[in-house]
Amino acid sequence: MEKKTQDLERIPKEKFEFAQLDEAIHDKKFDTKTRGFFADAMIRFRKNQSSVIAAYIIALLVLYAIIVPIIAPIKMDNKDKVFINTPPFIRAIAEKGWGIFDGAVVHESQNETQMNYWRGIGIETGYDPVVEILGTSETVSRYRGKDKISYFYKMSTNRYYDTGVVYRVFSYNEFQNIQDWQNETGIQVIYPYVEPESINGINDNPNIWYEVDSKGAAQLDKDGNFVPVYSTNAAIEGAPYNSIRIAGDDGSYIYSVRKSGSVQARVCYYNYYTYVNGYEPMYILGTNSMGEDLFCAIGVGARFSLIFAILVSAINLTIGAIYGAIQGYYGGAVDMVLDRFADLCSGIPMIVVTVLFQLHLAAKVGTIGAFLFAFVMTGWIGMSALVRKQFYRFKSQEFVYAARTLGASDKRLMFKHIFPNAIGTIITSCALVIPSVILSETTMTYLGIVNISDFAGSSIGTLLSKAQSAMTTSPHAMLYPSIYFALLLICFNLFGNGLRDAFNPTTRGVED
Amino acid sequence: MGKYAVKRILLMLMTLFIITFMCFVLIRMLPLANLPLGDPHSDVILARREAAGYNKPYLVQFGIFLKNIFTKGDWGVSDVLYFGQEVSAVFVSKLPATIIVNLYSILLSIPIGIILGILAAIKKNSWIDHTISTLTMVCISVPSFVYAFVIQYFLSYKLGLFPFLMKAGTDWFSWKMFVSMLPAVLSLSMGVIAGFTRTTRAELTEVLTSEFMLLARTKGLTKTQATVRHAMKNCMVVVLPSIFGEFVGIMSGSLIIEKIFSIPGVGQLYLNSINGRDYPMFTMLVVFYTTVGLAASIVVDISYGFIDPRIRMGSKK
Repeated sequence: MEKKTQDLERIPKEKFEFAQLDEAIHDKKFDTKTRGFFADAMIRFRKNQSSVIAAYIIALLVLYAIIVPIIAPIKMDNKDKVFINTPPFIRAIAEKGWGIFDGAVVHESQNETQMNYWRGIGIETGYDPVVEILGTSETVSRYRGKDKISYFYKMSTNRYYDTGVVYRVFSYNEFQNIQDWQNETGIQVIYPYVEPESINGINDNPNIWYEVDSKGAAQLDKDGNFVPVYSTNAAIEGAPYNSIRIAGDDGSYIYSVRKSGSVQARVCYYNYYTYVNGYEPMYILGTNSMGEDLFCAIGVGARFSLIFAILVSAINLTIGAIYGAIQGYYGGAVDMVLDRFADLCSGIPMIVVTVLFQLHLAAKVGTIGAFLFAFVMTGWIGMSALVRKQFYRFKSQEFVYAARTLGASDKRLMFKHIFPNAIGTIITSCALVIPSVILSETTMTYLGIVNISDFAGSSIGTLLSKAQSAMTTSPHAMLYPSIYFALLLICFNLFGNGLRDAFNPTTRGVED
Repeated sequence: MGKYAVKRILLMLMTLFIITFMCFVLIRMLPLANLPLGDPHSDVILARREAAGYNKPYLVQFGIFLKNIFTKGDWGVSDVLYFGQEVSAVFVSKLPATIIVNLYSILLSIPIGIILGILAAIKKNSWIDHTISTLTMVCISVPSFVYAFVIQYFLSYKLGLFPFLMKAGTDWFSWKMFVSMLPAVLSLSMGVIAGFTRTTRAELTEVLTSEFMLLARTKGLTKTQATVRHAMKNCMVVVLPSIFGEFVGIMSGSLIIEKIFSIPGVGQLYLNSINGRDYPMFTMLVVFYTTVGLAASIVVDISYGFIDPRIRMGSKK
């Protein structure tokens, strides 16, 4: 040990060599990538799986709101008088028989007459309305000294098919157009006419095309089949018919009758709808009590809500940030005076502001403008309080003093030096402000305090309040908007919490 | 502390005064409701309007308005909805329904919320905690009309457990009334329960990890003793004020729930007064809502100081 040290002290000169002679030495550049504040936050955010999933779901919902109103097969304004409160229906899925998207409506205690009626529609139009027999019950009653057993069925019918055939009156031209369309597509719209006289004078039920008794019960032949009673009376025929004929027609059936300058015919409503609109009546999420297609309406309503919420948060953020910055930076008397004003604004309940603004401003700046003002009036306070707190925290730190010593102006100090430190907090609160704006907007439209339907087409709140009245008969009209809305709010809150944890790791898990 | 409370209350009164004045002027600027000709009530209302100074400057009108309230408790007469009736009488008749429904909901929420919160905090990071936290998250986010729909459709319609709407009548404490209130109470409670759970859990987890808990354990207290005697007390410092705040808030009620379940309460009255343009009624309700909102925030702030003397309110930052 001793010897070695001595050796080290006497190392011969030639053993030394220059490590570097030619170039000046610089600091070595880092091989690793530098990681800024945001990249750091992103890494922490990605670790929070539920927030990441929430972010993806939000992206999907936003995409829905943007794309669906454009690509929806049936637009919201295209309302049909017959298909009101119809359940969701997609034909391809309905035919699989999975019990979803089959447009099914449940009917309680249907007797034999009604069952035959449904069967008749199925046989004539080819669209069997019966989806499923859910249950059968027997009732024994004594009739003229004999026990008579009657069966009652609980069953569901396809709401799109069970309309069956309806009477419609056409001009001669229109009638010919339908025939041309039939020839072209091979889809039968017009069905042979049935004279009321041959079905016991029943003239308000176009779905009966077979022999019936006076009560409308089908009189079956001995094999249990219907006996068709289509009219062959050429004397009353309205317009010549030279298109697809139904099976079993030898060319003698008439397809329309004269009605003072026009013709009346029996048309299969499902196919007639296809003829009129150019697409089949497939309401993917059903329709509401106004006949609006929910699939499209949810997108339209959500689109407004999202744009409105983003606009409101952007405005509130700007006002709040500037206000809070001034408050926090100058402090003292300025802070106190501005604080009193903020107190005043936050003291007025949101519902009161909205109503007063609607009553006073709506005529001048429009409903939406007044609505926006109401949100801005109360919304910026939270943001300004946040920014003020951040300013109090940072304004007496060394870097600020340094900048001030170098002669930075107040404006520069506020927005170049202190403000960037508050950005994390601001982004986080923005993500939590958006769902709260959406919620209050929906509440206001739901309550009918603000009516934005003229401007935005629809809103989730309007859809929900329309559905509320017909909740028991068509729960789907309430269900789908609710699901979309609840999902949106849950995901926004999860996403916001994830952002907050990512930007302020010290408060992880503490929720306020 | 007392000085701080007085200061806050005075400031609140000032805020309330200014807000009332602004809203009062804004409402008086609106066109008056047309009165049906020949109705004997119309003459009464016209006379009352004259007395309230409807054709005088707004400042004078406001003075008369305040004077009537403080000397006679007179808020004016309803001129559309409850034709010719005293606004304050109608309002008082609507209060019980709102208060009772909200009271039930809070009485239901406090124990459930706090127990769930404690459970989650004690079993932190176990599956119990995760389940409760997730449910809390979901319950807080989902708005009350979605609960109302689920409860009305499944419990009232499909299962037939409850009536659809709240029973009419004023027998507030009868069993039938209680049952008919339950759907509304349940839909109101979900959010409140979730709120209490979240506060309790957040506070308790923080308290449980603090050093005095370790000291308590080293002194020989069992975990239960330490939690109940030391942790709970400290956790309540935050939970209690929020309970007080909720209690003040019960009077304002929920507009949505009252509309859905047709509760004859203040929220319903407010909506009707807007839709019917009954401005005297509207004025009173605006003042009422503002007062409740301000009072709730003040009660929360002041009760912090009274519950925990360590918190020195109003001290300079």
